Amino acid sequence: MKLMVNGEAHEVAATTLAELLAALDYEGDWLATAVNSDLVHKANRAEFQLSDGDRIEILSPMQGG
Amino acid sequence: MFDLLGTKLPSRLLLGTAQYPSPAILADAVEASGTSVVTVSLRREMAGGRAGEKFWSLIRALGTRILPNTAGCHSVKEAVTTAKMARDVFDTTWIKLEVIGNHDTLQPDVFGLVEAARILCEDGFSVFPYTTDDLVVAERLLEAGCKVLMPWCAPIGSALGPVNIMALRSMRGHFPGVPLIVDAGLGRPSHAATVMELGFDAVLLNTAVAKAADPVSMARAFGKAVEAGREAFSSGMLEPRDVAVPSTPTIGRAVFS
Repeated sequence: MKLMVNGEAHEVAATTLAELLAALDYEGDWLATAVNSDLVHKANRAEFQLSDGDRIEILSPMQGG
Repeated sequence: MFDLLGTKLPSRLLLGTAQYPSPAILADAVEASGTSVVTVSLRREMAGGRAGEKFWSLIRALGTRILPNTAGCHSVKEAVTTAKMARDVFDTTWIKLEVIGNHDTLQPDVFGLVEAARILCEDGFSVFPYTTDDLVVAERLLEAGCKVLMPWCAPIGSALGPVNIMALRSMRGHFPGVPLIVDAGLGRPSHAATVMELGFDAVLLNTAVAKAADPVSMARAFGKAVEAGREAFSSGMLEPRDVAVPSTPTIGRAVFS
């Protein structure tokens, strides 16, 4: 399945958002995720099914004004 | 104590966490300022990266309240999704809502701002809208559900200080019961003192401290200025007069000729 993760193209075997995070070595409770511009809550990642062409954003806390 | 949406805060200074020379200087500046609220943002994390974790650990160790922002968002959809992602990570309903409308001035898109504020307020957020000093926009934001307003006093990072005192004074007069926080454009402690003397409830700043030659000392200076300005406002300041008035009593003055 082809996905866009943080603006970069990825070919992955993962079928859920949680599997994708693990496959790409993302871990930690400080991450926020969105698929196709909509939030996916931490608690919903395990059952969130990905589809070919999905755009995933994985964000973390950063300095801000 | 400053009562901000039911939260008692010891300081009326809100401080940004960006652009400091180092994490250690950021931590020292936060402590020196006396602030009890810091702003943070969300950005893309690299695969296998731990940048977010390190920063998040630093912020949690400060023990301050967190005000996440939607900085860099140029559309309602971006801002709303970013706010929801921030709530998921930072576990707070507070959100500094930015919907930027102009790349050069970083002026808020006030139309998008009102729309995003309405969506987020209905979703249970406490929205802190970064807005202009326009009274009509302020009214729309309050109608949308905002309980606090954050007008700029000059463009973000400009350090110009309050460029339209009359507008700020007018805003304070129109919304006597609404917490008003001057956000953006402050450059010097005297700027902060000035807006606090006008009766603003608090100030939010970042660049003026972070980019100072000595951010820790500057943070302390801003903390003092905010406190001094508030105390002056509460003490009933003398109105300017066009004539001189002697301060020393004239009665009982010696006559030598």
